[in-house]
Amino acid sequence: MSDRKFGFDTQCIHAGQSPDPNTGSRAVPIHQTTAYVFDSADHAASLFNLEAFGNIYTRIMNPTSGVFEERMAALEGGTAALALGSGMAAQMTSILTIMQTGHELVSSSTLYGGTYTQFDVNLREMGINVTFVDPNDPENFRKAITDKTRALYAETVSNPLGNVLDIEAVAKVAQEAGIPLIIDNTFATPYLCRPIEHGANIVVNSATKFICGHGTSIGGVLVDGGNFPWDNGKFPCMTEPSKGYHGIKFYETFGNFGYAIRARVEILRTHGQALSPFNSFLFTQGLETLNLRMDRHCSSALEIAKFLNDHPAVEWVNFAGLPDSPYHELSKKYMPKGAGSIFTFGVKGGIEAGRTLINSVELFSHLVNVGDAKSLIAHPASTTHRQLNEEEQMSAGVTPETVRISVGLETLEDLIWDLDQALAKSQKAKA
Amino acid sequence: MQSTDTIKRILKEYKTIAVVGLSGNWNRPSHFAAKYMKAHGYKIIPVNPGYEEILGEKCYPSLLEIPEPVDIVDIFRRSRDVPPIVDDAIEIGAKVVWMQLTVEHEEAAQKAREAGLEVVMDRCVKIEHGRFFGGINFLGVNRGVITSKK
Ligand SMILES: Cc1ncc(COP(=O)(O)O)c(C=O)c1O
Repeated sequence: MSDRKFGFDTQCIHAGQSPDPNTGSRAVPIHQTTAYVFDSADHAASLFNLEAFGNIYTRIMNPTSGVFEERMAALEGGTAALALGSGMAAQMTSILTIMQTGHELVSSSTLYGGTYTQFDVNLREMGINVTFVDPNDPENFRKAITDKTRALYAETVSNPLGNVLDIEAVAKVAQEAGIPLIIDNTFATPYLCRPIEHGANIVVNSATKFICGHGTSIGGVLVDGGNFPWDNGKFPCMTEPSKGYHGIKFYETFGNFGYAIRARVEILRTHGQALSPFNSFLFTQGLETLNLRMDRHCSSALEIAKFLNDHPAVEWVNFAGLPDSPYHELSKKYMPKGAGSIFTFGVKGGIEAGRTLINSVELFSHLVNVGDAKSLIAHPASTTHRQLNEEEQMSAGVTPETVRISVGLETLEDLIWDLDQALAKSQKAKA
Repeated sequence: MQSTDTIKRILKEYKTIAVVGLSGNWNRPSHFAAKYMKAHGYKIIPVNPGYEEILGEKCYPSLLEIPEPVDIVDIFRRSRDVPPIVDDAIEIGAKVVWMQLTVEHEEAAQKAREAGLEVVMDRCVKIEHGRFFGGINFLGVNRGVITSKK
């Protein structure tokens, strides 16, 4: 092993796994097992005490998931990662690791609809109060912070509004308040943006999207940036002896990955939102081509956005990759390789034309996932953001005519052909 | 000095570790680390005036009292308490001064280097051992290890 700093592409393929010492297997072995044999009673006790490193039970750790975790930590530039059963579970775990009843979260209001509900309903039910702020002015986060606030939360590129966060400005607000910034990096992936390098402290990803890349598995992951001083007095759960884990002090014992360890042994271990080893395997396979896929996703999306922008049946296109987007400058700064492949546009003729468009596509799939090799189309107002009232929908950037697409990896001309023919039909319906 | 190659070589070459500030309390990080290193074949020599014996090993009040050669002096004390420990480490001919997580003292480190010792700061012996010789990857820790060798 050498001290060479390997490139991102190399890490996509190699980080977290060297050939299996027992079998020589070059591919990532799938350890489809619930539990692991101990060497002796003493060894078992040491593992349970966290005195030794090793496997106990797949709810808590698994060697295949370990490869996925380490690879994600490497790609995001963090110290450690924790795989979880879904993106939603990753978000919830990232918060529960450092917040209890009485604490507050200040979050961007432009969020994936499910996340908005998780914060607005579930966190409030647990007595964790959430203040939603317009993320476009980083000062809004500062104004909402109280002495009970324990984290700031936002998406790199929000779902579905597509606004790009000024991560450095918000990270500065968090740092000055002595609280961590948690970023959902799902739409950018570490290939397009590495929030920790811009000052974020914790990154969560829904692995279901681009990381998987093929629409086969639900999963999530949180990454510990290793760059937050947990001993600043606000986080006794990180510095005081743990009740759930025989008096361990997580920050003192595990240093710059103490947050990830607490998330694992005090939240995942007892809440149980574990990821299946087989899904971890599929995610490691996805990561091996993340770089190549993202390049293609981005270039095709930009071409399609330009095509729609010039199309007579299209009212507006909202994509940070287009030069006239208010988020173009931020996008160039934080995602220089491309603005992703998920964006919205408004079809002329409102909700009816939108419905006809979605019913008329032949290649785009009508469903609610994003970040698949297949191109996807959805109508947020009637699906992902349905649980929100109209005012909340507006603040999340969803209007009745909004159509969201996730551009896949098919032949670009075929995708343009499909949208063109469906747009033509949508306008006939209107007339 | 703290390159991964250096740390890996230190842990491979040297097998006797005097642990300064080792606690007899089983859930303290120093106890964790020493117990782990002992289980992985290292000879642990506890150094703490408060105990007769820890982990079944005779405990010495100071480094100067240890009657046998010491390779690594592993320091579990606050940064400001480091300089006299480094002086003792130099005097007993130790090969490495290792300061644990959050323990750092650049002046003392410089003095040790000038005396021919190697220095590691702000690292945990147990975590570094887990990084290079197994196990810690099961906890999702980014080891920074990339290789096509078994
Ligand atoms: C930005 C974002 N975060 C989180 C999630 C939730 O992830 P999962 O569906 O894996 O729970 C989604 C899902 O659509 C998302 O788009």
